[in-house]
Amino acid sequence: MGLLGRASRLLSISDSEGIIRRYLVVNGFDGALTMLGLIIGFLVSSSPDLEVIINACVAAAIALGMSGISSAWVSEVAERKRELRELEEAMIADLRRSAHGQAARWVPFLVALVNGGAPLLISLLIITPLWLAQSGVPLPAPPLHLAISIAATVIFVLGVLLGRIADVSWVRSGLRTVVIAALTVTLIYIFTG
Amino acid sequence: MVTLKRLVLDVLKPHQPDALAFCKELAQLGPDYRVSLNVDEMDENTQTLQLEIRGESIDLGPIEEAIARMGASVHSVDQVEVLNQPDEE
Repeated sequence: MGLLGRASRLLSISDSEGIIRRYLVVNGFDGALTMLGLIIGFLVSSSPDLEVIINACVAAAIALGMSGISSAWVSEVAERKRELRELEEAMIADLRRSAHGQAARWVPFLVALVNGGAPLLISLLIITPLWLAQSGVPLPAPPLHLAISIAATVIFVLGVLLGRIADVSWVRSGLRTVVIAALTVTLIYIFTG
Repeated sequence: MVTLKRLVLDVLKPHQPDALAFCKELAQLGPDYRVSLNVDEMDENTQTLQLEIRGESIDLGPIEEAIARMGASVHSVDQVEVLNQPDEE
């Protein structure tokens, strides 16, 4: 069985697929909205050097990633230990060597990886145009505008994912997350513009 | 040679893996294993099952190991069917 197969089996046995999906979307959305906010902030201020913007965005992305990993790790380890203890009490058996014991050890790691990896990777994707511009790659539009477009697209896609998970209209769900992003941008303009 | 043809076990298992995944895992242990499962009781965390396995030559050891690996435990061996066949020269 491959690594993905094993991970899928551990998630299935511990009923964690839903949590992973939720963390992927929720923290991915967090990352996208934070990057959007940062970039709008730089856009409304007298835009500093591209390097300063990139450094600020990368620092925020790393902080989001570390926050996601550590918070999920701490809470999931405690939660999985409690669940395993309850199951062991019900089974009147030591389950540390069973698939449930393995899941209790590995699922917090997987959940933490997704919880921290989603905002980190999404943030890095959003600031790709800034890197390209810095490297001298010609772009069809200003890099900050392109980054905002990518952020809006990612936010729409995450909304679509949410819609598919909830089995409701994906267009409506996608538009709803875009409206939230638009509201965030409006608030930033009101308070900083 | 005496071979085990049918086995009925009383098993206590957690809700996960579900009945289908549980049976599939056991059926994979032998090329001709036929596994059927009946849930006798269920509570908040566990299920009590009656598990029946049929095959030409059932090996109990790997079955018990697989059951333990899935977090379940064998309470009792309720029925067995064995056959004594002369060894073919």
